[in-house]
Amino acid sequence: MSPTNRTVVVTGIGATTPLGGDAASTWEGLVAGRSGVGPLEQDWAADQAVRIAAQIAVEPGEVIPRPQARRLDRSAQFALIAAKEAWADAGFTGKAGEDTAVDPHRLGTVVASGIGGVTTLLDQYDVLKEKGVRRVSPHTVPMLMPNGPSANVGLLVGARAGVHTPVSACASGAEAIGYAIEMIRTGRADVVVAGGTEAAIHPLPIAAFGNMMAMSKNNDNPQGASRPYDISRDGFVLGEGAGVIVLESAEHAAGRGARVYAEAVGQGISSDAHDIVQPEPEGRGIAHALQNLLDNTDLNPAEIVHVNAHATSTPAGDVAELKALRKVFGDDADHFAVSATKSMTGHLLGGAGGVESVATVLALYNRVAPPTINVENLDPEAEATADIVRGEARKLPVDGRIAALNDSFGFGGHNVALAFRTV
Amino acid sequence: MAATQEEIVAGLADIVNEIAGIPVEDVQTEKSFTDDLDVDSLSMVEVVVAAEERFDVKIPDDDVKNLKTVGDATEYILKHQG
Repeated sequence: MSPTNRTVVVTGIGATTPLGGDAASTWEGLVAGRSGVGPLEQDWAADQAVRIAAQIAVEPGEVIPRPQARRLDRSAQFALIAAKEAWADAGFTGKAGEDTAVDPHRLGTVVASGIGGVTTLLDQYDVLKEKGVRRVSPHTVPMLMPNGPSANVGLLVGARAGVHTPVSACASGAEAIGYAIEMIRTGRADVVVAGGTEAAIHPLPIAAFGNMMAMSKNNDNPQGASRPYDISRDGFVLGEGAGVIVLESAEHAAGRGARVYAEAVGQGISSDAHDIVQPEPEGRGIAHALQNLLDNTDLNPAEIVHVNAHATSTPAGDVAELKALRKVFGDDADHFAVSATKSMTGHLLGGAGGVESVATVLALYNRVAPPTINVENLDPEAEATADIVRGEARKLPVDGRIAALNDSFGFGGHNVALAFRTV
Repeated sequence: MAATQEEIVAGLADIVNEIAGIPVEDVQTEKSFTDDLDVDSLSMVEVVVAAEERFDVKIPDDDVKNLKTVGDATEYILKHQG
């Protein structure tokens, strides 16, 4: 195969999410249909309109030594935990170069977040106001910069082929993985650690998203609040955490005898040019991204059996995506088992594409589609358009090659569709 | 009341432990902040600010570069503390 069209595979996965401190426990929670949402019990939450969120299952302070943790934004802490797991899971035993299986100059990282080190920025502003200029941490800038998580993961693994951070709100994590696939496909790198992270559970983002009417205010029923496709859905539930995968050229993976979870077939990207926050109601931009995915890869629609939908539990967005899938894939969409895992993890913003890529890869590897929970009364428009996996996980076909999509969309009109398939 | 040399070394040991995670018993006067105690240039600023508070002393940025070892910092604080 030419160096500009190389096959890319997934050889490692890692995650830390509201469902568990690693990919295995997260997957177990997803398949079991467990909600990671709970009440916000912090003092500051008392006068918020939104008092629920999907908080991390394992606090990073339990995993990262304190001297290191105090100079990392929470989003970078999540990214490092997930990347460390993914790196070891891929079979690497140390930094590139120390582990001679990977050349540092052929290794990159692409880890993104939607809003960067927002808690560091806001907390240090509080320090400035309350304690004065001198007390502002000298680590503030590297902690709040949006490329901090990617750069820290780059330091962890010794990446010298490039460290990148695409920013596209809630599509950031997926766009990062798409960018990583391109780095390998076009020959810039052999191995790329990629994913998304977010840590935005703080009074300001919660108040701001709440005032946009974007979040669920179902404070009395935290575990039932994130309900994509249900007729009574009233907005997303904010989540936090990270998901990271190790992408590798198929040749490089074969050369070192690595286990391959799935092939990363490619990505389709588009932008709406419709509204800064509202999704285009007919899903035209999303359809354009899906069409690009089909046009630019050898993805076979007949093989697609599962979609990890963006579906955040907002009234407009959930159905627009289903319409786009139907528009582009026609009757083939009949065999797409559509899962909205945000019903369990909440919406991790820039982390979503990372965590949901982990979920999509594991769905293919295990041939199981996780459920969408909390669908009590399925929106008739959703029911007429797609096959939603409701209530319980569903087995995927046991034989033959199967493929799955992972969609992510972001404020700003960003649309990213990723495709994976079994090998 | 001014701190004694012993109290200053012990105080710096607490600070370095908090910031860099180095065991307090390893923080001794001859140790270099950067070479021995894992205190890089940004963390040195944190050490200085914490020491200023603890010992009621002002350490201007221009003087920080002369504080290579725990002993240098101890002497500086002994001389300048309020």
